[in-house]
Amino acid sequence: MILLQTASTFSTIGLPILIIGALGLVFGLILAIASKVFEVKIDPRVEEVLNALPGANCGACGAAGCAGYAERIVNEGEAVNKCAPGGANVAAMIARIMGQDAAAMTQKVAVIHCSSGGVDNTSWKYNYEGVESCKAAINVAGGPNVCAWGCMGLNDCMKACQFDAISLDANNMRVIDYAKCTGCGACVKACPRDLIMLIPINRTVYIKCSSQEKGPDAKAVCGSTHPCIGCGICSRKCPVQAITIQNNLARIDYDKCINCGLCATVCPTKAIQDLMAGMRKKAEINPELCIGCTICAKVCPVQAIAGELKQVHNVDKDKCIGCEQCVAKCPKKAIEMT
Amino acid sequence: MGYLGEIFVMAMTAIFIQNFVLSRFLGLCPYLGVSKKLDSALGMGMAVIFVMTLASAITFLINKYLLLQFDLMYLQTIAFILTIAALVQFVEMVIQKNAPALYKSLGVFLPLITTNCAVLGVAILNTTAFRSDGISAYNFLDSVLNGFFSGLGFTVVLLAMAGLRMRLEKAELPKSMKGMPIALILAGIMALSFYGFMGFKI
Repeated sequence: MILLQTASTFSTIGLPILIIGALGLVFGLILAIASKVFEVKIDPRVEEVLNALPGANCGACGAAGCAGYAERIVNEGEAVNKCAPGGANVAAMIARIMGQDAAAMTQKVAVIHCSSGGVDNTSWKYNYEGVESCKAAINVAGGPNVCAWGCMGLNDCMKACQFDAISLDANNMRVIDYAKCTGCGACVKACPRDLIMLIPINRTVYIKCSSQEKGPDAKAVCGSTHPCIGCGICSRKCPVQAITIQNNLARIDYDKCINCGLCATVCPTKAIQDLMAGMRKKAEINPELCIGCTICAKVCPVQAIAGELKQVHNVDKDKCIGCEQCVAKCPKKAIEMT
Repeated sequence: MGYLGEIFVMAMTAIFIQNFVLSRFLGLCPYLGVSKKLDSALGMGMAVIFVMTLASAITFLINKYLLLQFDLMYLQTIAFILTIAALVQFVEMVIQKNAPALYKSLGVFLPLITTNCAVLGVAILNTTAFRSDGISAYNFLDSVLNGFFSGLGFTVVLLAMAGLRMRLEKAELPKSMKGMPIALILAGIMALSFYGFMGFKI
């Protein structure tokens, strides 16, 4: 009797427990095995890069967030220096994780390609009294300034900068602090006239004009009297053919530019700004180390170096423009800038 | 009626006449939650079709060879939930390994539908459904097809809802009506319009 009762108790309680339990066990085992068999190896560097990033998810890099950027760096070979809040430090850390040469990347800074936009150096068409924004002002008769390519001076770029890198000087001109600029590109997007470009920080020569008007027209409207008139002298004088003229406007190819500053000295309208002007040193060859290989003479863009083969070479200091091309190429490190 | 006709009846019933969302009111959570954008609605729909079809197949086997054999029909809900959850996990692993592109496009929706009531609903309804003659119960193939068509019906309605809501975004509405209130009214009108299919005899 008791035996029978036990049997029926088992079939009403034990059996369901057994079956559901067994079902759970089987599924559990299958999942456990599957997680081993179908294990997807996630690159551990993704997590490392993610930890190196600031985690602000600001989106300045173009990815949806820090995790997205980390994945792009590891899987798609995205550049490591796109994190604006992290700056150079984070870029260097990521470069180390990715085994890249940190020196291979150069920080970029924003440069405004217009020398106008201040109080006394802008030709105004009318007195704009609307919303304090370049984007709004450009819709009122094409902007308040006469030049349709120039700076309107309403500081959209400054408002867009999250790092306080853009400030105003006494003349209401925007000044970019390269120590603070992270090259995030927020100001580039903010400028409705597309005046701002990101340029490697080690390049110091800029064409401070964006006018595509023909020479006389550009001259007539420019309030700062330094327009690019598209004459092409800089392009012809450039020792490395880094400058091209398109639509009456000179533009520097910063991959080719050697920072010599020659263009700034030949520009008839002084539209080219050279931050290093007057600060460049002249090359000097150490006669004890020079073996007369002629390499320096060949690379010199202005033919300032002369000398016979296997004889000590000399630099003509009047011709030397201080571009340091010869210093980099000399196999014996015989050239110094003094 | 041939078997093809039977399948046609099943498809029309699952997609229009007895639509899961609008006449059975199952799966309302994703219907309102994932219908803000067309592409995410499509992702969700695809995931639901996929899981419903597979779940129909597995639960049919569990039901027939385990629960019915031991007369344990009252355990159906627990057993099916367990099965569906395990199945979704398993499928997720397989897809992640073998089809990373599909895994990315399904994304977060796959784990989300682990406990979707529409998936459990189709599994349970399969065990009680009859063919159009009203006598013979669903066999294995019927169940799988019914799961597929039910998922398709869900996707159709979800996509329609997403399309309408994207247009509503730009409509000029009173402030108090924006967002969820108008979505609920829209859902009601859609359900009413699907109610019109009820009278169809195939």
